[in-house]
Amino acid sequence: MESRLNARSEVLGAIRSALGVSQDGERIAAEYAALPRGYKREATLTREEMLQLFVHRLEEYGAGVSRIASDGIRDEIAGRVEARGCGRLVIPYDLPTGWLPAGFDFVPYGGGGEASPMLSAAELDRMDGVLTGCTVAVAETGSIVLQSGPWQGSRALTLVPDYHLCVVFAEQVVETVPESFARLEATQSLPTTFFSGPSATADIEMTRIKGVHGPRFLDVLLVE
Amino acid sequence: MNPIAPSHWSNRDFPVAARELLEDSQTRSNVRHATNVIQAKRDAVAGELPDWQQLREAGEAIRAHSLAHLDYYLEQFEQACTRAGGQVHWARDAAEANQIILGLIQRYHVDEVLKIKTMTSEEVGLNRHLEANGIRAHETDLAELIIQMGGDKPSHFVVPALHKNRMQVREIFQREMHLPELGERPEDLAAAARGYLREKFLRLKVAVSGANFLIAENGAVCIVESEGNGRMCLTLPDVLISLVGIEKVLPRFQDLEVFLQTLPRSATGERMNPYNSIWTGVRQGDGPQEFHVVLLDNRRSPILGDAESRQTLQCIRCAACLNACPVYHQTGGHAYESVYAGPIGAILTPQLHSMEEGRTLPYASSLCGACYEVCPVKINIPEVLIHLRGKIVEEDQKTLSGQLGLWNVGMQAAALLFASASRLSLAQHLGRVAQKLFVARSGMIEHLPLMLSGWTQTRDLRPLPEQSFREWWAGRTPPGDVAKRELAGVDQAAGRGGLHGE
Ligand code: SF4
Repeated sequence: MESRLNARSEVLGAIRSALGVSQDGERIAAEYAALPRGYKREATLTREEMLQLFVHRLEEYGAGVSRIASDGIRDEIAGRVEARGCGRLVIPYDLPTGWLPAGFDFVPYGGGGEASPMLSAAELDRMDGVLTGCTVAVAETGSIVLQSGPWQGSRALTLVPDYHLCVVFAEQVVETVPESFARLEATQSLPTTFFSGPSATADIEMTRIKGVHGPRFLDVLLVE
Repeated sequence: MNPIAPSHWSNRDFPVAARELLEDSQTRSNVRHATNVIQAKRDAVAGELPDWQQLREAGEAIRAHSLAHLDYYLEQFEQACTRAGGQVHWARDAAEANQIILGLIQRYHVDEVLKIKTMTSEEVGLNRHLEANGIRAHETDLAELIIQMGGDKPSHFVVPALHKNRMQVREIFQREMHLPELGERPEDLAAAARGYLREKFLRLKVAVSGANFLIAENGAVCIVESEGNGRMCLTLPDVLISLVGIEKVLPRFQDLEVFLQTLPRSATGERMNPYNSIWTGVRQGDGPQEFHVVLLDNRRSPILGDAESRQTLQCIRCAACLNACPVYHQTGGHAYESVYAGPIGAILTPQLHSMEEGRTLPYASSLCGACYEVCPVKINIPEVLIHLRGKIVEEDQKTLSGQLGLWNVGMQAAALLFASASRLSLAQHLGRVAQKLFVARSGMIEHLPLMLSGWTQTRDLRPLPEQSFREWWAGRTPPGDVAKRELAGVDQAAGRGGLHGE
């Protein structure tokens, strides 16, 4: 224990002696506030252009995308899940029941109690897929951000199953990365995952190939 | 003598190691292919952003600010992380980091752990230390798995196995995973890795990671990756241990909006890599319920004290400077004999060893400036190289053999030129301008290899190779068209300006 404390004070001491006089918090904050931020932080596209860009980026990554109206969510889910040949999907316990078509087995997760037990990773591994909402999405990079907020569940849920069907509302889509950070600011300490397309690697001869450990198949419903 | 620090593999000098690697044409062609592909992709996605230069400026400013107040931000990070249920440990050096991590793992009575690719753990030699204590670390990044199974060493810090092609990977997997029927398509190889590792992800209880960024204001840790192996390790085990260099802290969560744009575009040429994970301490019912951060100094703090080379620590390890470097293109990463290869390795490695090792690395550059131009945090690598060369010369002038060395005489003559070159750094294309000056007016390229060889001589009393860089290159190159192309490459290495007709 003592040596641990020594390590801490020695490292901090070495940093201080290398840097010289340390400043107080206020001066540091003022310096931080004055850092140059000349990069683009606002949208420049029209809403429709932005949504089209988002769809295009997702498709480039190899995701399936449908643009639908809000009264079409349930049917589109049925269609997509059917097409992927999935029978059993895990869902966050708070997902709107109105989204769920009949004829499939939707297994709620994370609510506690018998109706919605915590599943082990091995149990998640036996699911055909997962259906969730999201927190925000970025058109410019085709990214979708999950936090453990409403309709998203915990991180394991959207990681272990091989198929992810994600519902994104048009008003959740922003054009740029900085805009997405502005939206995430208030909930910044929740576990946060950006995903951009299905899992992929370019480790072998620099060819991007779909799918290593995360979900290899991704469909997105863009709802207006 | 002390055992060689793990981050520097051997005492061989760059020219010696480079020569050997240049003889391996398969490796060279793999390296060239991979770096060309990434570089082209990087140029396209960096070029499409109209505010790329502003992003670089912001990135540089944020990193420089963080380093200037590193003690303040580290304490802030420690407090916030602890409040969120994380445990923060401090390690003065590699041995201490290894000891802390081993101790934590032993607490859980496991003999296998998951690993996410981390150069920092390579730097401290963690896997070896664990192995020696009966703990097997399973690398989970595809490239790291290839390296680990092949008993190899990483040659690039974004794509560590870029020196291996698919047939070589297939051979390794066939043998190590007992899959004689394995196909050769990259998809087959990735599927093999998925199958092999999934069981481990579901079973193992402890994972060790590095981190790309620490966030001071909320104690968050950010990891950027492609395959999902990172997410598996951050999410499924009960215990997560992250080993992180002290320089990696950023003041605020929002600062990620800069680096999550510049890092993926610079590193893999993608607009965004498939996965970014950001988490804070522990969260009940979601992810590991025990979380440790080990903050590693390992001779980073003294670098902060040198005003001219402090910028070395701004690095976000995108490897764009490797891909852009004509010398790296030709030699690959192993020639640097260090965990950190390429231009950044040439300045980081010797400093991490208090200038006692890797001393020829600052010469492993033609000062063409390509590394500076691509660097997303605007580290002026040529400037730091010149600065370090100066330091090496200064130190060696203190010894008699140093004073008598040929290289020293040449170096003193060169110092003037270097100085005037660095004055030109205000000009936008410093590197290339300097390079041209260097080649055209002074003929210094002829002198440099001489100094380089002299360096080797004074230091190790090895026989002096009576050849210049170009000559020994030409000597080993097979005849024919390939040779011509290679030679063009050498010219590029020696003076990039000429090739591009600038
Ligand atoms: S020095 Fe710059 S270009 Fe090189 S790896 Fe570091 S951040 Fe990237």
